Order: sequence, then C-alpha cells, then structure tokens
Amino acid sequence: MTAQINLKNVSVQFGDNKAVNNVNLKIDKGDIYGVIGFSGAGKSTLVRTINLLQQPSAGSVEVNGDLLFDDGKLKVSKKQLQQKRRKIGMIFQHFNLLNEETVLENVAFSLSHAGLTDNELEKKSLHLLELVGLKDKADFYPAQLSGGQQQRVAIARALANEPDILISDEATSALDPKTTNQILDLLYDLNKKLKLTVVLITHEMEAVKRVANKIAVMENGQIIERGTLREVFLHPQKDLTRQFVGGALQVRHILNNYNFDAIAPDDQLFQLVYSINDVTKSVVADLDVALDTKASILYGNVEVLSGEPIGTLAILLKLDAEKQKQAIKFLENRNVVVTKLDKGVLTND
Amino acid sequence: MINFFAKYFPNVISLGWNGDAGWGTSIFQTLFMTFWSAIFGGILGIIFGLLLVLTKPKGILANKIMYSIVDKVVSIFRAVPFIILLAFVAPLTQKIVGTQIGMKAALVPLTLGVFPFFARQVQVALESVDPGKIEAAQALGASTKDIIFSVYLRESRSELIRVSTVTLISLIGLTAMAGAVGAGGLGNTAISYGYNRFNNDVTLVATLLVLLLVLLVQVLGDWLAKKLNHQER
Repeated sequence: MTAQINLKNVSVQFGDNKAVNNVNLKIDKGDIYGVIGFSGAGKSTLVRTINLLQQPSAGSVEVNGDLLFDDGKLKVSKKQLQQKRRKIGMIFQHFNLLNEETVLENVAFSLSHAGLTDNELEKKSLHLLELVGLKDKADFYPAQLSGGQQQRVAIARALANEPDILISDEATSALDPKTTNQILDLLYDLNKKLKLTVVLITHEMEAVKRVANKIAVMENGQIIERGTLREVFLHPQKDLTRQFVGGALQVRHILNNYNFDAIAPDDQLFQLVYSINDVTKSVVADLDVALDTKASILYGNVEVLSGEPIGTLAILLKLDAEKQKQAIKFLENRNVVVTKLDKGVLTND
Repeated sequence: MINFFAKYFPNVISLGWNGDAGWGTSIFQTLFMTFWSAIFGGILGIIFGLLLVLTKPKGILANKIMYSIVDKVVSIFRAVPFIILLAFVAPLTQKIVGTQIGMKAALVPLTLGVFPFFARQVQVALESVDPGKIEAAQALGASTKDIIFSVYLRESRSELIRVSTVTLISLIGLTAMAGAVGAGGLGNTAISYGYNRFNNDVTLVATLLVLLLVLLVQVLGDWLAKKLNHQER
C-alpha cells in the first residue's frame, strides 16, 4: 500500500536557516499521526508542505498518489492545486475564521466551488455544524463564540469538501485543558467515523498520547525519532523524546528526593514500564514470589496511551548480579520493559 | 429671525440661493466635486491599494516589478502638493474634459490628488487582515478572487469605511482648494465673495457649511464602521 501522504527528502530554507532539513515522512490512510516538538522545531513548516502553503526548497510531495511538487516546482496547475487543497482540510491555533461572516457563512465559504444551489449550500453547512455540535449557533458571529466553539466551526469548515486528510496545526494550543480534550476527542471520532487521516502538530505530549497512533519527534528541522505511539513511548531513544514522554524525567525528579545513603553497592534501581491488561496481576508481586526479591517500590504511575493503560514503576532490587539477571529475564518474559536506572546520576541532577 | 440675519449677515443674504454665486449653487458644486472625485478616486485607490497588498513580496500574487511600479506611482503622486497638481495636470484636464475651468474640470486633479492618499489608506486597511485568515482560505482551496472579495475586502470593510471617511474629509478640503482656481463651490464662496471682499459674514457661513458637511461625513462614517464590525463581542 502506498502512503496517503509521502514527503521525500523535503527541505525548506528561509535565508540561511534550514527550517526543515531533508525530512522523509509517510503517513498512511486512517492514521492519527502526531508530530511533536518544541516551537521552532519546524513542525508547522513541515506539514505546510503537505498542502503546499509552504513550497519546499527541495524534495517531493505526494498526496493520495498524486505528485504535487518535485524538483523545486509545482507539478500541478494553480487551479488543480486549489482543487487538491479542498481535499486536505486544515485547522489552526488561532482558528482563523472570517469574523465578518456568520458561523453558517464561514462553513458555506469553503463550499463556494462545490456547485451547490443556495438551498443545498445551507443544508450541507447546517449538517456540518450538526456534526461538530454547533447547529444552534449558525447565525452567530465568531467573536460571539468561545475558543472551543470557534475551533469546532473551523473543523466544520475544514471538513466541508469531504477531505481525506485533516491537518491540525497546534489547534488545541490556545484552548483550556477541558476544551482541548473535547476537540481531541472530536478529531478521534471523525477519524473513526469518516476514515479521516489526521496530522496532529503539537508541543503537548498529552494531546498525542490521547489520540495518536503514530508519532514523530522533531528537533532542528529533522525528525529525530518516529514510530507507533506505544513503541516510542515505551522505548524512547533520544533525550528530547524522553522529555516529551515525560516518564523518565518524572521518575528522576521523584527519585532525587530519596536518601540512598543506606543502600548497598550491589543494590540496583530499575524502571519498569508495562501495559496493564489484567488488573488482577501484579508483576512485582509475581517477581517477589518467584525470586524472593523484596523489591521496594519507589515510584508508580499509570498513563493512558490512546486508550491503553501503561504503568511505570521504579523499584529497588537488593540482589546479586546473577539474581538480577534472572529478575530482568522474568520481567521481560511478561512484556515489561526494564531499564536500569543509575543511582549515581540521580544524586547530581 | 429674518431680521437678525438681515442685520448681522447682510452679504450672506445678498448672495441669494440660485445664480452663479448663490449658496445653492456653491453647495451643489462642492457636493458634485466631492461625490464624483470620491467615486473615481475611490475606485482607483481600491485598485491600487489592492495591487500593493496582492503583489507585495509574499503577497498572494507576489510580483516584484508590478509592486515596484505601483508603489512608485502612488508615492510620486502623493508627494506632489495639490495646488501644484492642479496646475500641472491642466493640459490633461483639457484633453479629458475639454476645459480647464469649472467643477467638471476640477474632477481630474481631485481624482489624481485623492487616489494615492486613499490607496495608502486602503493598503493599511487590507494589511490589517490577519494573514492567518488568508492562509486558512488558501488551505480551503479558495481562488484568488475568493480571497480578494471574501477575505481581504470583506474582513477589512469596517476599516475601509473608516479610512474612506478620513479620505472623504480630506477630499472636502481639496475641493475648497480647487475652488480657488475657478471650480466654484463653498471654498470659492469663502475666498472670492467672503475674504477678498472683506465680507466676513460670508466667509463664516461658508466655513460653517463646510464644517457641517465634514461633521455629517464623520458621524455617518463612524456609525457605518461600527455597524459593520463584528470583530469584537
């Protein structure tokens, strides 16, 4: 299967600054693909090459099997590009609604080339507003709505031409946490209901964790890590990824407050990360029964990754080297990801 | 009332309403010049203002040469003082209107005098449209025409009304100046029949009438700008 969005060796240069540096990105149909990074990492610039709001300085852009851009120039006419863009919805951090148009007119605006009669136009626009739960606000002006409501209008507008792809550029960054979750859940529902591919740009790991199935981490114009959300979350390779994933930092922060003077040189700290699919089972208790470890639990947390509860524990094992190996093997056999934590690092953080 | 006027404004009364120097005539001349030069100058100003915004670097129709030409034309015409422009374009006026004197002839310099000023104001008004809205429209697959009419002009309409008000008021000032070179109007009445003949009452009334016109334009403009603005709650 070919990817729905295929960016090959894409670079975007602004003067001397390479905002995006030779990035390859494939997004499959039905994905909710989170692109995460700090501001200035190049995420917005990168995804703007998908609908060519930003033309790359190098590389090629392919969407739905159509080559849109290659060899430094557009491969479709301006008119064709407008048509293609109607199949790639986009929502923004600041909503970007037309303030002098009513909510209904804002949605109808995207349909101005759909060849509908005024009657059909109104009907379809109202239907779209119903989809985002704002039918009763059709005659309001955007300034009369809350941020979350404005973003819903923007989503209705972006979906008007029945796109296959929806690009969300920091769409929840200006919203409060509760509204953020509502918007994310709406995107999730639309993904399931309409088989809509969602590209989710954000600097908030919480957003990605809630809805994404795949993730790419960006830094300095490059994707430094990517994969399924689960994989990246459980095995973050790069420091930045660990920062976003949060777990490691959080564990470290907590462990820093303990007094480790009393432990023996052989005692070892471990971080265990595992999916909790059977609530009656305790890995630590099982380990204790099997190897008599008397593990001391120093940290515990559960996070939910697109519906899957993932537990993180930090435990102290007072075992000799041989038994340690057995313990690790025991845990790994139960699909627990075990990482040795260096207690030396802990003290001079 | 009539006695009061006859006593303190004798010359105002003697000018009459109709006739070449009558008040009715000069009010009509001022309104005529203001209206038509506002129409012609307004259209030119919107076109030039739009061109400035659309063809600027990173504009939706970015075109370096076009931008530089339009920008220079506007700057040059703006730099010429109106009173000099009046004399300078006289041959052109002769060609277009067939005469250099009168309120119709004044339309040519008035239009040329007001459009660059208005073009800059339109430019500022259009620039006030959030670039994010333009980008969103582009992302929705909007055509250039959609973006010009539904985004640029529509979103800035309240701002456009506001700058039109300012321009209209400065245009009323220009018609008074055009009056000095034989275009008639209230400016001419104030200077020729008032100031030059030491008829201070005429100057006063002509000035008051111009002020009234300016006030009317200002109030109407403010009201319309407010009515058409939905940007804030």
